[in-house]
Amino acid sequence: MHAGIIFFLVILGSVLFHIFTPWYWTDIASNWGSMDDTITLTFWIGGGVFVAVCLFMVYCVFKFSYKEGRKAEYKPEDKKLERILTWATTLGVAALLAPGLIVWNQYVNVPKNALEIDVMAWQWGWQYRLPGEDGKLGTTKIVNINDNNPFGINLEDSNGKDDVMIQSDVINLKNNRPVKILLRSVDVLHNWYVPQFRAKMDAVPGVVTYYWFEPNKVGKYEVLCAEYCGVGHYAMRGGVIVQSEQDYENWLQGQQTFSELIVKQKKIELNETKLVKK
Amino acid sequence: MSEDFKDSKAIQAQSSETISSGAGSSSPDLDYVRPAEVGDQDLYHGHSFITKWVFCQDAKVIGVQYFCLATFTGIIGLILSWLMRLQLGYPEAAGFMTAEHYYQFVTMHGMIMVVYFLTALFLGGFGNYLIPLMVGARDMVFPYLNMVSFWMFFVAVGVLLASFFVPGGPTGSGWTLYPPQAILEGTPGSGMGIILMCVSLILFVAGFTMGGLNYLITVLQARTRGMTLMRMPLTVWGIFTATVLAMLAFPALLVGSLMMMLDKLLGTSFFMPTILKAGEVLEYGGGSPILFQHLFWFFGHPEVYIVALPAFGIISDLISVHSRKNIFGYRMMVWAIVIIGALSFFVWAHHMYVSGMNPWFGFFFATTTLIIAVPTAMKVYNWILTLWRGNIRMNTVMLWCLGFIVTFVNGGITGIFLGNVSVDVPLSDTYFVIAHFHMVMGIAPLMVIMGAVYHWFPLVTGKFLSEKLGKWHFWLTFLGAYSIYFPMHYLGFIGVPRRYFEMYDSPYMTSAVGMNEFISTAAFIVGAAQFILIYNIIKSLKIGKAAGKNPWQANSLEWLTPTVPPEHGNWGDRLPVVHRWAYDYSVPGAKEDFITQTTPPSEVTDSKVEKT
Repeated sequence: MHAGIIFFLVILGSVLFHIFTPWYWTDIASNWGSMDDTITLTFWIGGGVFVAVCLFMVYCVFKFSYKEGRKAEYKPEDKKLERILTWATTLGVAALLAPGLIVWNQYVNVPKNALEIDVMAWQWGWQYRLPGEDGKLGTTKIVNINDNNPFGINLEDSNGKDDVMIQSDVINLKNNRPVKILLRSVDVLHNWYVPQFRAKMDAVPGVVTYYWFEPNKVGKYEVLCAEYCGVGHYAMRGGVIVQSEQDYENWLQGQQTFSELIVKQKKIELNETKLVKK
Repeated sequence: MSEDFKDSKAIQAQSSETISSGAGSSSPDLDYVRPAEVGDQDLYHGHSFITKWVFCQDAKVIGVQYFCLATFTGIIGLILSWLMRLQLGYPEAAGFMTAEHYYQFVTMHGMIMVVYFLTALFLGGFGNYLIPLMVGARDMVFPYLNMVSFWMFFVAVGVLLASFFVPGGPTGSGWTLYPPQAILEGTPGSGMGIILMCVSLILFVAGFTMGGLNYLITVLQARTRGMTLMRMPLTVWGIFTATVLAMLAFPALLVGSLMMMLDKLLGTSFFMPTILKAGEVLEYGGGSPILFQHLFWFFGHPEVYIVALPAFGIISDLISVHSRKNIFGYRMMVWAIVIIGALSFFVWAHHMYVSGMNPWFGFFFATTTLIIAVPTAMKVYNWILTLWRGNIRMNTVMLWCLGFIVTFVNGGITGIFLGNVSVDVPLSDTYFVIAHFHMVMGIAPLMVIMGAVYHWFPLVTGKFLSEKLGKWHFWLTFLGAYSIYFPMHYLGFIGVPRRYFEMYDSPYMTSAVGMNEFISTAAFIVGAAQFILIYNIIKSLKIGKAAGKNPWQANSLEWLTPTVPPEHGNWGDRLPVVHRWAYDYSVPGAKEDFITQTTPPSEVTDSKVEKT
């Protein structure tokens, strides 16, 4: 009897905890409200099954606890009941799967007007690159990376010349404009994750992976690495600042392009050689 | 309530035929069982201490050896989890711990618990002890190989633990061992640590294959007369199917480990693309880190079921015995085990939705993953329907069973969150995942192990475990573990990522500090509660109540040996002959509420037993 009561309190406690928990989603700041909705649906259906199964179990404990001389029912099978349960479960599962797949379909199909951002990860940090006025990112290669070419842009690729380089772990985004995050890594796996945006994807050395979202709330957010990447994993943070269009353009003006960087580097080298000559 | 269910309506039977008293059927044909096709097995009987207890070829002793060694490594895993929780809950008290240590503990805890504790315990421990007894064999079919299997496991554990003492310490690459970080500087133990881990896994797989072949062939070839496949206890079905999975899945882990060792030692590039490290381009190129993930999870997902299926089987038997009722829907239970086993090879990439594999795979793997929920749910329904109208003994064994149902359903439901591809996106790599898999493949199987220990301890030792201590052990473990993992899901909702040595100042994480302290405290208590079991075992061995023969009044063969505990060879002069399934409890018309598998029909002619 006591056992039945305790099990009942555990179930009740779980439900109450879920209702009153102070720990829940961070306020969403992107278009992926549909993910939250799917989770809520799963909570209703799954939580319902959990409570129903456990309460049935508790009922059995109360009602059928051992009594000397009572005989249990002898009933090896009940085909009808088993069939009903199978179909009901299948239906429930389908009801969860369908919205899940629909949202995934949106997740893997990037809108055409999405702004591409090259997110480059290493142990342990981030930097970002935006396409210049041509709207195209230049191609890159890991072996090209050096002090003069921090992103490893292929020098013969003219698309790369006007790329905007943000050598900082904080990136600015335009509010209400979809972004396509293009992830690459120069060493191990990483994952560029902002809890408020819900979305994430691993950065894998050797390939470029992607995902997209549309920030819809102005503000500052923290970037976390969400794929274990060695001993500095927990400290691999970054930042995102979502801004209005005007603020964003102002910020963008102040950033350096690849050709500007090359010019700057050349000047420095020239000065150095002059110094040596003197 | 004094209701009696024997008068309930006629039942859709296992088969159309019902043996009843009315037919005047005392003809000798009634008890006919097909004669054996092969002769009795010759066994090697040990004579010295070494051959009897150390290099022993008796599956029962090997089972106990597996059990003890797995428990020993499990305790190491437990201590590592304490250290991790100390860091997460009370970082100021864990000043001695660096991030390197933390990641090494995380890794070793995970690998130990999944492979060297749960797998070894269920298949090596319970498999060895129970399979020959439950199918009515004298021993495993290859006793010598079986002995070697255990000692390979012993060496594998030795190599694994040796990695604590090599320069650089054990690997800290996470139990998934993902390259490239696993073998690069920047991850603790990327030198000797990862090599020893791979060697240990290879040894484990080799040793396990020896044991696994034994289990399979014993079940297929050495069942006694009358023990048809559809009369086997579900425990045997679970272990058997899990072993088939292991035989097919472990090779993927083996080659994964081998290829990674080659990458590390010989400079091949199976998993290593071009890598820039500390400003220098390494001498790798062209490999695929995702290939390793495919290999790992092609092993890793069936591995979940390698642990779960024996647990499913054992729990079915425990619930049935202690509810004094046949397991509901036996045939569906068998097919569910087989179908889950088969499907488990088509779901592995649900661990990789955000790994950077081709995103279109998500559709396929989400669908297969949610399909597997259907047979799993059927099993849950059948467990609770077995309780329904039973005569439930509320003893310690049953408590563990009920605890299993709660934790397993909870963990199964959160599995539907994570399996449903787009729901997984915000939750993957967060504490939600940790809570999910600990609930479903940590706590739930642990409940089964404990239930099984309290259930079969009288068989192995002839003594009962103390019920009083058992109940303390159960409630501390169940309530404690539930309060560790249930709230932990909500850390995942906040977005707290896994494998973080320190959370520090993120605003939405600082709100979780209180919860982390609570979880850690609960973890210390649950861990300590496990030592109640060890005390209980030692105490009961000394002064426990004698159990006698078949103390639970069970039907299956392991309780029907001529001596208790069973001797080497199990059955004395004559092998048992089986006349029915293992679940004839509370048969209407029968004198007792159980009819053992060896009871011939002519002895229970007045009962309305369904023919199985």
